[in-house]
Amino acid sequence: MSKECVGMLLAGGEGKRLGLLTKNLAKPAVPFGGKYRIIDFTLSNCTNSKIHTVGVLTQYSPMILNKHIGIGKPWDLDRQHDGVSILSPFTAQKGGSWYKGTADAISQNMQFIDQFDPEYVLVISGDHIYQMNYQRLIDHHKEKQSEATISVIEVPWDEASRFGILNTKENLEIYEFDEKPQNPKNNLASMGIYIFNWKTLRKYLIDDEASDSSSHDFGKDIIPAMLNDGLRLFAYRFQGYWKDVGTIKSYWEANMDLLEEDLSLSLNSKEWRTYSHDSNYPPQFIEPNAEIDNSLVNSGCWISGTVQNSILFEGIDIGENTLVKESILHPSVKVGNNCTINRAIVMEKITIPDGTVINGEEYDEPVVISSENIEKFVTE
Amino acid sequence: MDTLMGLINIEHEYDFLEELTYFRCGSAVPFAGRYRLIDFTLSNMVNSGVGEVAIFSNRKYRSLMDHLGTGSDWELAKRHGGLFILPPDWNDPTDISRGDLRHFHNNRDYFHRSKANHVIISGSQFISNTRYEKAFNHHLENDADVTCITTRVNEFKPEHVSQLRVEHDEDGKILNLTNDQQNPHVFTGVYIIKKDVLLKLVDECIAYHKDHFFFNGIKENLHRLNVQFYRYEGYSAFVNSIESFFRQNMNLLRPENYKALFFKNQFVRTKISNEPPVKYRKGAKVSDSMLANGSVIDGEVTGSILFRGVKVRKGAQVKNSIIMQRCTIEEGVRLENVILDKDVHISAGQTFIGSREKPFVVAKRKNI
Repeated sequence: MSKECVGMLLAGGEGKRLGLLTKNLAKPAVPFGGKYRIIDFTLSNCTNSKIHTVGVLTQYSPMILNKHIGIGKPWDLDRQHDGVSILSPFTAQKGGSWYKGTADAISQNMQFIDQFDPEYVLVISGDHIYQMNYQRLIDHHKEKQSEATISVIEVPWDEASRFGILNTKENLEIYEFDEKPQNPKNNLASMGIYIFNWKTLRKYLIDDEASDSSSHDFGKDIIPAMLNDGLRLFAYRFQGYWKDVGTIKSYWEANMDLLEEDLSLSLNSKEWRTYSHDSNYPPQFIEPNAEIDNSLVNSGCWISGTVQNSILFEGIDIGENTLVKESILHPSVKVGNNCTINRAIVMEKITIPDGTVINGEEYDEPVVISSENIEKFVTE
Repeated sequence: MDTLMGLINIEHEYDFLEELTYFRCGSAVPFAGRYRLIDFTLSNMVNSGVGEVAIFSNRKYRSLMDHLGTGSDWELAKRHGGLFILPPDWNDPTDISRGDLRHFHNNRDYFHRSKANHVIISGSQFISNTRYEKAFNHHLENDADVTCITTRVNEFKPEHVSQLRVEHDEDGKILNLTNDQQNPHVFTGVYIIKKDVLLKLVDECIAYHKDHFFFNGIKENLHRLNVQFYRYEGYSAFVNSIESFFRQNMNLLRPENYKALFFKNQFVRTKISNEPPVKYRKGAKVSDSMLANGSVIDGEVTGSILFRGVKVRKGAQVKNSIIMQRCTIEEGVRLENVILDKDVHISAGQTFIGSREKPFVVAKRKNI
C-alpha cells in the first residue's frame, strides 16, 4: 500500500538545557500550555495536515512519552493500516545500536518507511511549538521540483547567529547552509522541518551510514552533502508563531506567549485543533475569594487564592491568601495557604506547604521546583 | 462466578425539564458543567466493573446517541460486550407486550447472550458517585431475588414526592414500597435482580398484559420475592424538574458537595471533547463558580456554572446562572438566575433576570 508521504517525528532528544524538567522525561513529553505535552503540537499538525502515517523515533527516557502517544487515539492516528508507530532503537541480525544522530535514526528505520513506498518523507521534530499545514510545504516542494525542501522562518538579524541559517537565491533555492554563522548573510532560520523525495534521501542515507567521519545529522551532514552535489534544494517560508523550547527560559516564555491576546497560534481554533489526552477531571472550582487574571486554568483545579499571568495544569489546588504569579504549575501541584510563587515552574505532584515563598525573580531564569529541591524553598 | 450486566431503562422518564427536554430526553440533559445526567449512573456501573450496559430509550434519543457514541469514553467500546443503545425497534408480529416490557421482550437476546447472571438496572435521575460492589455482595449474601438501592432523605424537597418509600422487616426484606411522604427512606431507582428472575417476571407481566416492569413485576410481587435493600449513604441528588435541576446544580457550588460528588470515588466519566484550558483574559472577574474547559472569560462571573466553550465578553455580568456549552454572552449583557441551553447567543447590552424558584430558561440555539 503506497502512501504519498510518511512523517518521521524525531522525539528522542534529551533536552539537556531544560535541566530538571527533562531529568526523567523526554523533551517532547514535557507538559506545555496547561493541558498538553510539547509533542502534541507536532502530532496535531500531522493530523490536521492529513499526514496519517507517522513514525515517532524515541530514545531518551521514553516511558511517559510512549504511554502518552499510545496507539495515537487523541490524534485520530489509531488506524487500521497506518497511523502512529513508535520506533525505538532495536537489535537485528547484525546487532544494533542507539540512534547516533537525526539522520541515523531515519536510516535505521528505512524498512519502516519502505513498507509504505512513499513519494516523500517529512522529517519533523517533537520539540517545537507551532501550528503548520504540512500540505502547503509539500505543495511548495512539488511546485519547485525540489529534491529537499526546508521550512524556514525569518528571525531578527541580531539573533540570526544563534540559528542554522539557509542562504538562498531570490527564488528561495538554497545554495548554502550556515550553522550559527558569526556574520549571517541571511535571516532565514531552519525550523528543523524537512521534506525529501524518499528515493533521493534513501541514497544519501546509505552513503552517510557508510561514512565514518559523519555525525549522521540532517543539518550537518545530509543537507551539505546534497548541496555539494548540486541538488535542487528549496526553502519554504513559514509565517506564523514558531518557538523552539530548548531552554528553561524559552520554555517559560513560550508558555507565557499563550496568554497574549493576539498570538497567531490559538489553542481555541476550531480550524486547527490541538489534540491531547483529556484526563476527565471535573470542572474547575473557583472559590468566592479567588481572583484569576490573564491565565490559563485546566479542569480539576481548586482556586481559593490569586492567580496572575500563569498557566495551571489539571488537578491543582491553590490555597487561601496565596499568590501565584507568572508561573507554570504542572498537573496535581498542591499549593498551601499564605504562599507566594513568583516566576516558577513547579513540577508534577509537588506539594508546597503553607507559608512558602518562592521568588524566581532572584534568578537568571525562572526557577524549576521539583521533588529534588523543594526542601530548599520550604521555610520552617 | 457471579457477575453483573447493566441496563439503563429510561422508558418511563418523562420530559419534565421543559425547554431543556424539547429536543432531547431527560437522561441527555447537561448537568454540572460538563456532564449529562446519564453519565452518573453509567460511570457508577463501569466503575463497579460492569462490562456491558444496554440503554432502553424510546424517543428524542439523537443527542443521547451523539453523547455516548461507541462508549469509548466510558471504556465500553469493546470487542465483546460494551455499550448497546437500543432504541425502539420491534418487528415481532406476535408481540403483545406493552410499556417498557416491549423493550424487555424485543431485546431478550441482550440478556441471553451475556454470561452475567445478575442485572443492575437504573434510570438516569439519581445523581451520585458510587460503586455497586458492596450492594452486589449484599445481594449475593442474602440470596436476594432483587436488591433495591435506597437512601435516606434528610430534607424533603419537591423532587422527592414521586420517589417510592421503603418499608422493611428486621432482616432487611422489603415489605412495602409506598408513597408515604413522611418516610425518609427512599428508593433510588437502582436495583439488582437475578437474570433468571428478571426473564421469568418479564414473561409473567406480558402474559397478564402489564405495562411496567418494576411496578407490575416487582412491586406487586413483594410478598413472594426476596426483595432486599442496600442503603447508600453518600452524596446524592434527584433531578426531575427545572426547579430541582437548577437547585441541584447550584448545590454543587458548595465545596463539600462538589468534593463529595467528584472526588470521593473515581472520576465521573463523560464524553471527551478536547477543549483547551479556560482562558481568563485581562480584567476577568470570576468567583464562586464552576467552569469547564474551552471557555474564554473577559467579563464577570459569580455563583454560576459554565459548561464547555462558553464566551463571556467584556463588561458582561453572569450571576447565579447555568450557561451550557458554546453559549456566547456579548458585551454588557446582564444575566441573573438564568439557564441558557447550548449554543445560545445573547447579543450586547441585554438583561435577563429570573428567580431562584423560577429561573429564566432559554432553549437551545436561540439567538437573542
